[in-house]
Amino acid sequence: MVSFIARRVAAALGTLFLSSVLVFLAVQALPGDVATQVLGKDATPDAVAALREKLSLDRPAWERYTDWVRGALHGDFGTSLVSGKAVGSEVSMYLGNSALIALITVLFAVTGSIVLGILAGLYRDRWPDHLISTVSLVGMSVPEFVVATVLVLCFSVALPWFPAVVLYGPDASVGQLLPAVWLPALALAVVMAAYIVRMARTSVIDVMASEYVTTARLKGLSTWRVVTRHALPGAMLPTLHVIALNVAWLAGGVAVVENVFNYPGIGKLMLSSVQNRDLPVIQAIALISAVVYVVCNLAADLGAMALNPKLRTRGRTR
Amino acid sequence: MTTLDTAPPAPPATAPARAARAWRTLRSSRAAVIGLAIVGVHVLIAVLAPLLTSYDPIANDSSHALLGPGWDHWAGTDQYGRDVLARVLYGGRYALGVSVAATLVTVALGTVVGCAAALRGGWFDDVLGRVLDAVLAVPSILALLVVVTALGTGPAVIVLAIAVVYVPQVVRVVRGAALAVVPADYVTAARARGESTWSILRREVLPNITDVVCVEFAMRASWVVLLISSLSFLGFGADPPTPDWGLMVAENRTAITVVPMASLAPIIALATLVVGLNLAADGLSKAWGVDRIREGS
Repeated sequence: MVSFIARRVAAALGTLFLSSVLVFLAVQALPGDVATQVLGKDATPDAVAALREKLSLDRPAWERYTDWVRGALHGDFGTSLVSGKAVGSEVSMYLGNSALIALITVLFAVTGSIVLGILAGLYRDRWPDHLISTVSLVGMSVPEFVVATVLVLCFSVALPWFPAVVLYGPDASVGQLLPAVWLPALALAVVMAAYIVRMARTSVIDVMASEYVTTARLKGLSTWRVVTRHALPGAMLPTLHVIALNVAWLAGGVAVVENVFNYPGIGKLMLSSVQNRDLPVIQAIALISAVVYVVCNLAADLGAMALNPKLRTRGRTR
Repeated sequence: MTTLDTAPPAPPATAPARAARAWRTLRSSRAAVIGLAIVGVHVLIAVLAPLLTSYDPIANDSSHALLGPGWDHWAGTDQYGRDVLARVLYGGRYALGVSVAATLVTVALGTVVGCAAALRGGWFDDVLGRVLDAVLAVPSILALLVVVTALGTGPAVIVLAIAVVYVPQVVRVVRGAALAVVPADYVTAARARGESTWSILRREVLPNITDVVCVEFAMRASWVVLLISSLSFLGFGADPPTPDWGLMVAENRTAITVVPMASLAPIIALATLVVGLNLAADGLSKAWGVDRIREGS
């Protein structure tokens, strides 16, 4: 079991290393000269030379890569080309604001979708199932910006309960941001829940058809007890991976929703840094997202192991 | 080679017979039929758009800006006086054209690489798996934005960017399906005959995973449509004044209290197309017994 965990952690670290190389290559090896890309076509040769100096572009790529990774491990991601501030502190400020949204989203989406998924699974092919399945199909079929726009139309225009846009900068306090968090979180939760509901429904149906649930029923246990004690752990197993993937998806999903609400989070920073070709910031965000993805997957793997004794003894097959 | 002594397997169905059976099971699935019908209607509308409306989707008419729905403009006009209905009808051209091209490239590439990984196995499979994991770790929208900013906007770049982002996921699904075929006797026999990897892939493996690839195509197409519309919404996709649904929502969102139809019409068009694709994918996978969940979608 220890070796299983060790192998998973080692694989995760390997993936992270490869991701960092890919991110670095993708951003640095963009076609054309990076300095000209950043400054635009009409930049003076002096300015280009100065920026090349600043980014130390004349050194070989692998040297810059090792410098970057060494810095990143110590929390130093370089300085932003636009604001001139340290990338690490800037990104973490935006990241904190996004974490607020992400936390509420995950809370809403996971609890809501598991309850709905179990309901749909238990009432298979009856009206609760049809209703839940149809709604989740629609939820899957509309992009986040549409959900966000519709929510704004309902809850800030028709019913002025929540603000439609955030007027604060990235250094706003939690108290200032809190009223503005709910609509973006709800928009993301709707899209995210749609996927989890379908997964949870399928696994509940699978588990309810299994022999151990039949046995539990034959023992005379109440439906509530059968569901909570026997069906739920089994059904959670496949659902865990979908949840992990969705949490990782959040890192990208926030980009769109935050722009709808002008919310000062990591997604907004991502978009503006792509527009301004702020390479150090793009690299930092990509690397942090990769860490989130890898950690979520690792957590799902280990969680699955905790729920399923069979996996603890199984070999490395996936 | 003991397996060769056992009872001979049933002769493989010929291609037309297989296609006929696939078609029969497909028709028995209501979801698949409805989904494919919705997608078909969208394709028809996009192709026939010039016949369905007499308005030019990109012609400005400032004297008729921000009109509500009426006889002349069924869905009203936007801030530049462009007919919203015309823009929605023409909008399918960009969405469908780019999405279909991007999905075709992605699924084709992913299928070949996935089959090759399953067939070759060994270090090739291991290294590929690691690299794909690493690509998947970067959020797709960020990867997309980086490619688009580097190479400039344009349909060809978007197709390429989508392929970069989604090929790893297709490879995973197809590899899983192909792994179930690779141990079969006819693959072993083909290998023993000394056939090349490419020929085994084309003649032995591909025909047996066609259903998985078709479902993957429908599923992936719905994701691609969503991603491309998000990209347009963010201002990195279709260039104004191209009629495009994502772009229309972005343009008309600020005027949503004045002319709600200008935002709602493209939203409805987009949602119905994706619902159609999702229904088709669900229906096909049920009708053909393709278990997407087990294959780690």
